Amino acid sequence: MDNNKMVVSSSPHIRSIESVQSVMTDVLIALFPAALMAVLLFGYQALITMVISVATAMLAEALWLRKRDIYSDGSAAVTGLLFAMVLPPSPPWWLVVVGAASAIIIGKQVFGGIGYNIFNPALVGRAVVVMSWGGHLVGRVWSQPQPFAFTADISAVTTATPLSGQEEALAVSLTNLFIGSAPGCLGETSALALLLGAAWLFYKGHIDLRIPGGFIGVVFVMGAVFGGGFYGGALTTGLFHVLAGGVMLGALFMATDMVTTPVTTKGKLIFGIGCGIITMMIRLWGTSPEGVTYAILLMNAVTPIIDNFTVPQQFGGVKKSA
Amino acid sequence: MKASSPYLQDFTRGIVKENPVFVALLGMCPTLGVTAFIVNGVGMGLAAAAVLIASNLVISLLRNYIPSQVRIPCFIVIIATFVTIIEMVLQAFQPVLYEALGVFVPLIVVNCIILGRAEAFASKRPVLRSLLDGIGMGIGFTLALLILSAVREILGHGTILGPDPESAIHLFGANFEPMALFAQPPGAFIALGLLLAIVNLLFKRFNIK
Repeated sequence: MDNNKMVVSSSPHIRSIESVQSVMTDVLIALFPAALMAVLLFGYQALITMVISVATAMLAEALWLRKRDIYSDGSAAVTGLLFAMVLPPSPPWWLVVVGAASAIIIGKQVFGGIGYNIFNPALVGRAVVVMSWGGHLVGRVWSQPQPFAFTADISAVTTATPLSGQEEALAVSLTNLFIGSAPGCLGETSALALLLGAAWLFYKGHIDLRIPGGFIGVVFVMGAVFGGGFYGGALTTGLFHVLAGGVMLGALFMATDMVTTPVTTKGKLIFGIGCGIITMMIRLWGTSPEGVTYAILLMNAVTPIIDNFTVPQQFGGVKKSA
Repeated sequence: MKASSPYLQDFTRGIVKENPVFVALLGMCPTLGVTAFIVNGVGMGLAAAAVLIASNLVISLLRNYIPSQVRIPCFIVIIATFVTIIEMVLQAFQPVLYEALGVFVPLIVVNCIILGRAEAFASKRPVLRSLLDGIGMGIGFTLALLILSAVREILGHGTILGPDPESAIHLFGANFEPMALFAQPPGAFIALGLLLAIVNLLFKRFNIK
């Protein structure tokens, strides 16, 4: 894309120094707090998982595009890191490799590469590994975090996530969930770190608050209204649903992906609300404890329709007569 | 390939150039539904091929006697007759396969490939050419199902010649954890999509049109 010397488009034109590479690098910076938190909580195994995932994703993209430049526009590194963040902290290495490669190839390149993919590549990777090797990702396979024990073997003690039942939920406090000291996917546990990263993206203007706002808002409201108030009252139950599981990571970093989400402002709000509703329907009434992955993938699928129905009225345009 | 006699063309057309699954995208229902194991996929392919060959033959023989206004019901009756025969044969001699294929055996009646060849080819062509067309298309369909089910069984179960544990050969040893996605319906769609991409790539590379 950088090679195109002449771009023909309609006015108005704004010259921007922003490029795909600069945006992706910003996303990587924004993911740094969560990655750091993952290493602090889950030790060296989390670091290895992230390194394998990022390396595989970048390699898969470079091989597919037959490019020497392995970092290129940085989107593969972002996909790889996001994919690692939705995995357990110490999955088998081959699972990470197959998942990251599927994310890039099935999730992105077969559709035509960056800008053309329908589904969020990292979540496609996750869907592939969950459906293929559920035994490693569903049930009591989640490592208990061991803060600041870098060399500890975290796979020794495993448990279920707070979302899998009331007993597990009541075992963690809201503070623990906020800081991240709870069993869960490598990068999703710490709401604090994710919010710090998202603040950077918001400051740089890369994310629109309507999507995470609608998503998190609906999760909170539905958690409070339908959650049964088991977590010490309706409001705290709503808060629990926001902080536990993948809502923070999904809402801030995956539902805000520029390629696979609506471009219109109204559409963004609809997208966020839809994600929230599907997530909570799966959590409360479905058989699976967590539904963020499928919520975002399903909303990705209807993004073109949302965009189509929310085209804004042109300024000075005439209303279509019925 | 040299453009040779129409007979040879009728035969080879269905195998590669106009492969019913990979090129015409017909018969998707059994293609996606029964290809979790090679045995099932090939069994389905052969059953459909047998019906296709027989119905092509009979429809071609009767082509001057079937009034064009009611040709589709006539085709269906002929096809359904052969499907019933195949169903009984399978039930009698291959009960395991019959169980595995389930509802997809009676559904051969409405298989688009068979009806399509009857309508587009056999009802307008002489007997020998229709027969060759049926054989070619049947081989093409079976071949496509064999490729798809091989991909799905090897990746999704790590075996060939399953699901019967006596005949199943584990390709990757006992510690291999198969990619269960490909054993499930979504995996069928993904595998078919990837195979179509590869077929298109090969067609482009070898200039097949």
